[in-house]
Amino acid sequence: MTAKFKKKLIKNLWIAFFILPGLSIVAIFILLPLFMSLFNSLFSWNQLIKVEYIGLENFHKLFTEYPYNVRFSNALGNNIKWFCCTALIQNSFGLLFGYCLSRKIAGSEIYKRIFFVPVLFSIIAVSFLWGLYLRPNGMINYILQDIGLGHLKRAWLGDGSIATYVIIAVNIWRWVGFPSLVFMTAIDNIPIECTEAAFLDGANEWQMFRKIVVPLIVPTITIIMVLTIIGSLNVFEQIYTMTGLDGSPNYATDTISTLFYRTAFGSVDSGAPEIGMGSAIAVIIYILTFFISILSIVINNKKEVKL
Amino acid sequence: MINNMRFRNASTGKKIFIILIQIVMLGYIVAILYPLFNMIMSSFKSTRDIIRTPLAFPTEFSFENYRFIWIEQNFGRYFLNSFLITLTSMIFVILFGSMAAFALSRYKFKLNTLTYMLFLSGIMLPLKAAVIPLFMIVKTLNIMNHPLSVTLVFIAMGIPSTVFILSGFMKTIPDALEQAARIDGCSELRIYSQIIMPICMPSIALVTIYNAVPIWNDFFFPLVFLRDNSYKTLPLGLQNFIGQYSTKWDLLFTGLCIAIVPMLIMYLFMSKYFIEGMTAGAVK
Repeated sequence: MTAKFKKKLIKNLWIAFFILPGLSIVAIFILLPLFMSLFNSLFSWNQLIKVEYIGLENFHKLFTEYPYNVRFSNALGNNIKWFCCTALIQNSFGLLFGYCLSRKIAGSEIYKRIFFVPVLFSIIAVSFLWGLYLRPNGMINYILQDIGLGHLKRAWLGDGSIATYVIIAVNIWRWVGFPSLVFMTAIDNIPIECTEAAFLDGANEWQMFRKIVVPLIVPTITIIMVLTIIGSLNVFEQIYTMTGLDGSPNYATDTISTLFYRTAFGSVDSGAPEIGMGSAIAVIIYILTFFISILSIVINNKKEVKL
Repeated sequence: MINNMRFRNASTGKKIFIILIQIVMLGYIVAILYPLFNMIMSSFKSTRDIIRTPLAFPTEFSFENYRFIWIEQNFGRYFLNSFLITLTSMIFVILFGSMAAFALSRYKFKLNTLTYMLFLSGIMLPLKAAVIPLFMIVKTLNIMNHPLSVTLVFIAMGIPSTVFILSGFMKTIPDALEQAARIDGCSELRIYSQIIMPICMPSIALVTIYNAVPIWNDFFFPLVFLRDNSYKTLPLGLQNFIGQYSTKWDLLFTGLCIAIVPMLIMYLFMSKYFIEGMTAGAVK
């Protein structure tokens, strides 16, 4: 009895020895902050000092009181633009490229290596680089002038009506290689019998893509969509480096993350950090990420085809 | 090969499609390579030439800009900081991550599934949203403005995906190997370090690539936690340098080259592993 107990104890000590270092770091730096954000959002704060419990007042203020409500809905609107454009343009091209690469279109070995190059660069360096090219006297306007499209010249990042889309385009430039290669590997992993059978039955390329390939890579599409959602809610560096923390011009490129950063460390309009409001925004980011991810997983699971 | 997308023998519609997609793909290749080429060329030109003739070749190749930025602008220091922070983070990500993955995949115990879920939740939670509490935690630990602060955050950031990928791999290793070692009197620590780990080397390589790139490139956490100039990392150094020289385009392009070209060179040598690593990591 005691020998058995001792053996079990030793086994459990080993398990603890292997798991605890990693788990404690994850617990302190990822899980604890989640609960702290929830907790902090229920209090009013004076700089870094907790003042009093105010329930959901911070959330109420965020949705109804100026300037928070206007800034928040504006930023959320921009995140939605990010999500729609990225999901539609980037992921469609990713799927198309991935399909063609997997079907070994001429030059695919070279394409897949070069497509992945921008993915490795830091967002900061890429954003600054394009920031330079997109200046009024930068390379883009110079090329437009050169090829006789001078009337298209504009201050790409200074025009509020297009600035967000320009930054999204730069981000697609940087990132489209990622979904392309992920889709490529997913399509490569489809059992050869499926595609071969379809061809022998006389399916054409489009039928093959639509009826065989897409249904079989639904899990991958789900993963890419979830990553797109998380990525769209986390847009920060691109804005910070290309148009500044304020999301200029006139908050046209502001996103939840930049608004969150200003609230947490420098305030929306006044200049003092507001921990309570910042935590409320953080909680909303958590909730949005969580629920949209779950929702897209559920929707995709319904469409999933089992082999 | 029946499955290849070939131009020859294709129907007219398919031929048009192949031509269109080739144009789009070649266009994208040009859109990737030309700006990079232009960036490298611009780093050798003067500001005046960059603005007046942005597409022309430099008239002479001088490395003066590079010397200036590397030495006077502290880029050497930033580079070293980034390197040390990434290296330290990666050592602990791999060590702690593989230990946890080992225990989770090789032992049966009550809290196994719960612990696994706790690690997994770390993949889904956006860490940027946690910056206020992280700020407080870092302040409490008294490591504000010290490289240890970002290193710890990076370790936490890397562990969940490491546990996920490695435990998936370790589950496929047959049990018999480890039972035999145990009968021979091998301790658990030796089973982990001398039997399981060597078998896992390919997936360790994958995890390393998957985590090292985002850590090397991360901007947000150094921005919040590292104020002292001597501790700044490369992305942060680049940001402050760009603010400082908004009109000296030659120096800006040189700084961008220093930030981008090392990655480009490393990629040329390791592209095979990079592609396999990134995709396998994301798909599983």
